[in-house]
Amino acid sequence: MLIEETLKRIQSQKGVQGIIIVNSEGIPIKTTLDNSSTVQYAGLIHQLVMKARSTVRDIDPQNDLTFLRVRSKKNEIMIAPDKDYFLIVIQNPSD
Amino acid sequence: MPPKRPKSAISSAGSKGRAKGKKSQSPTLVEKPGHPEDIFPMVLTSATQELFGCLADEDVTGESPYKLLKKDDIIQDIKTRAAVSDFSPVKQIVLDYPEDELLLVYDRDFTYEQCFYLVLTPEAKDRILNPPEPETSQVLENVVNKTPEPKEWISLGSELEIDEESIKETREKLWYKFSRVRRKFGVPVCFSDRNTADAKDGYLECASYQDSRFSIKQMQRDCGMQAVPRLQSSSAQTQWKFQRNIFTQYVPRELSDEEKENILQFESLNNFCNSVTPRVLQALQQEEIMNGFFDDWKALGAAAEDGDWSGKVSEGLMLYQAFTDQKYTKDKKISSINWHPTIYGVLAVALTEQKEERTKDSTTFVVTPSVILFYSFSDPSIPQLLLECPDDIFAFEFCPSDPNIIVGGCINGQVVLWDISAHVTHLLGTQPGSKKVSVSTDTFDLDDNQENKTPVVRYCAVSALESRHKAPITDVQWLPPTFEVTRSGLPVENKYNISVQVVTCSPDCTIMFWDLRMQRLLSHSATDRKQSVDQKTQMTPYSVPDTFKHLDRTWKPLFRVSLPKIDTSGEYAPLKFSLEHYTCNGNTGRTTEEDNENDDGDSSKVIPDYSQLRVPSAKTATILEDVNTKLYIGTEDGEIVHTDWKLEKDDSGRLQSAKPLHCFNIHHWLVNTVQRSPFYKDIILTTGGWNFAIWKEGVMDGPIVLSPSSEQVCTSGCWSLSRPAVFFIGKDDGSIEVWNLMEKTSEPAQVHAHITNAKITCIKPWTASSKQHFLTVTDDIGMVRVLEIPKVLYVPTRNESLSVKKYFELEEERLNDFLKREELWAQQKREAEELKRKTEPDKPAKSLEVNEEVNMKEYKDYMTLEESILKGIGLWPAAADKQNT
Repeated sequence: MLIEETLKRIQSQKGVQGIIIVNSEGIPIKTTLDNSSTVQYAGLIHQLVMKARSTVRDIDPQNDLTFLRVRSKKNEIMIAPDKDYFLIVIQNPSD
Repeated sequence: MPPKRPKSAISSAGSKGRAKGKKSQSPTLVEKPGHPEDIFPMVLTSATQELFGCLADEDVTGESPYKLLKKDDIIQDIKTRAAVSDFSPVKQIVLDYPEDELLLVYDRDFTYEQCFYLVLTPEAKDRILNPPEPETSQVLENVVNKTPEPKEWISLGSELEIDEESIKETREKLWYKFSRVRRKFGVPVCFSDRNTADAKDGYLECASYQDSRFSIKQMQRDCGMQAVPRLQSSSAQTQWKFQRNIFTQYVPRELSDEEKENILQFESLNNFCNSVTPRVLQALQQEEIMNGFFDDWKALGAAAEDGDWSGKVSEGLMLYQAFTDQKYTKDKKISSINWHPTIYGVLAVALTEQKEERTKDSTTFVVTPSVILFYSFSDPSIPQLLLECPDDIFAFEFCPSDPNIIVGGCINGQVVLWDISAHVTHLLGTQPGSKKVSVSTDTFDLDDNQENKTPVVRYCAVSALESRHKAPITDVQWLPPTFEVTRSGLPVENKYNISVQVVTCSPDCTIMFWDLRMQRLLSHSATDRKQSVDQKTQMTPYSVPDTFKHLDRTWKPLFRVSLPKIDTSGEYAPLKFSLEHYTCNGNTGRTTEEDNENDDGDSSKVIPDYSQLRVPSAKTATILEDVNTKLYIGTEDGEIVHTDWKLEKDDSGRLQSAKPLHCFNIHHWLVNTVQRSPFYKDIILTTGGWNFAIWKEGVMDGPIVLSPSSEQVCTSGCWSLSRPAVFFIGKDDGSIEVWNLMEKTSEPAQVHAHITNAKITCIKPWTASSKQHFLTVTDDIGMVRVLEIPKVLYVPTRNESLSVKKYFELEEERLNDFLKREELWAQQKREAEELKRKTEPDKPAKSLEVNEEVNMKEYKDYMTLEESILKGIGLWPAAADKQNT
């Protein structure tokens, strides 16, 4: 299955803590984390992505959001949005 | 088929005859071609078509009539087939064609009479291949607001209505004129009411009545209407009868498993995964490779400097200013120097006689007065303030809580106090930025006026003669404002958080504690006090501040600490000492709050008048348990003594000093510096003799670092105030060594030779501002030099204090280790000797003879060997004869 393969490839990278695939409404479809964290991440990040995307498009309507990275003290959250879904990866950077 | 005619001759389709006719008429007429100039209609034989892959209706069709031919191919074909080639008429054009590919168009409809045409110019090719986009319809924006022009009025019947509505007069207006007789003009008039019914025929009534003759039904009636909003104001108040917490609980939306499964099958999800994966992988790898948010440049700079790269960065100590005063410093040496704790750029030096002439009555009769000079950066040649001393001062200190109080120790053993609060403004006025008003008026003055300009401050209190030290006081220190001591040496809390006690030491083997406050005196000494006050007022002509009047000449020490030697009888003669500065803990924090509610209304900032302070009774004060009451003392013989100042009760019940805890003779001459590191409470630097040592309090066995002996005598030393690893040592020959424990631990990091020509007597560092760090060096001939410490020596490296601490710990371990080993070796040696003695009980007597025998034996062996060898060679002399004879 392509999706499984994708997940495996991403998971094999160094420092990856979790992967979530969320649909356009913010409901998680596939995840490697536990349910409560998944739901929390999905809900919060969905809002953030909507906001970011609308920001980018407001500034230039022909532009679109391709990638969003939120770096925090403890880890980094990477979000790859698409038309219908988006992919959230949580990574712990090596340094 | 008319193929190969120059294009000018070929005419448009459908008029072949005309073409011919034209040709016959006037061959000179240049016929306008029926096709654009940049295409060339031509026919291609099927062979050519096959060759170039443009078979009609197969490779090229009506829908896709374009075919790009390579120029090289065409040239090739021309070459191979020469005149037979279909392309020969356009040979020249093809050769000249700038681009590599020519466009061949299949002309299905024979618009240009041939079935193919060749496009001859690149521009045409572009135009044909990429037809310009149709122009979008242009919206004519003729939105010009024209002002409406007046038009002819067309009557639509409205004027009749207007006429009907308007009011017109049907008859003339009636007018009446009233006048009065002239004689009544100006006479007040009296008006009264009159009812119409008062007079008959006062009015004529014309009442309305229903006339039956006609009844008109009103069909239309004009009436006005106005819509009025119906307003109603009302209010309502809810009563919150039942107070109830309302909450919402929500559950995140989730998909059921089947739905999830379902979605996972979607094609769109697959596409999504495909598109998204590369981005994500790249980002993850990026993260792994490096940290994009880490500022390398800044991190590089933070280790060295703060980006303040001026052109010249000096490595060594640079002379900033030198102070000397001809009048006062002639033939004097400087015994002590201190920076003023609060005023920038002011330092004080104590001058003493170079040759130590001590006569008995030197207190009253002095050839040159002993002074303490105050210098300021603003004026290097004139001292700002002069403190008069009863005798040479060897040590003095500013009070840490009140910089106007200075305590000094005299050569005759007395303790002296000055109060310079009256002259602080003068000192402040000497700030480099401020102007000196008085100077400008006195430019023509002679020297004596200048003398007057340096204010002289007389000491305001001196300790009692009978209770002074029997030897010069060599070190004076204030107790920190965080605690004070009682008569028995117990540390108690300090109510006002000001320094009120002073500790002095002197080579007469005592350390004395003095209190600045008035002591609880009994009645008879009050009269004494009074007497002394009278005496004082008689004798002092100058205005002396009476801050310490209560102490003058009656000042006795609080208690004395003597230093009996540990192993032998006799006592140590201290030269310098160091006590640990105790910093407040939580207990004293409480008292400052109580302070604020004190009757006097003093907060700890306001310095109470010393004459009003009283020594508190020992019973009421709370004892501070965790004050370190131990002192490190350097003595005349080079020993470092660690002792406790608390007095203990001995057998007879009297308070006695305890025996010192430890003593080490490390320096073999006078110890001249015992100083604690400003960064670590338990690290002490001592210099004396030909080396210096670093001690750790608590390590009882010796110094943790001992320097190698140098060639010159180390005369002074001090820690750097900003770097835990740096300290400075001054030498006998006027050089300064800068030691940096981070760089080298066995030799100085820098040696600055010839700072002065004479012996360095005192070094003191000072941090004037964050960028200016000074080191004052004083010497034997009365010169004070202020050096500026370069940035490399005052900016600490990262984690320096940790590293230095670790270093000291390592050294301590090494010392312990070494001592253990020494012990071990000593033990081993003893055991070995024991063993040896046991096994050979009577050896000593015979040892000599045994040696003799052994020697003789060896000699005999050698002789026989020699004989045999020589015989063998044949060189053995016929000594037998000789021997025989």
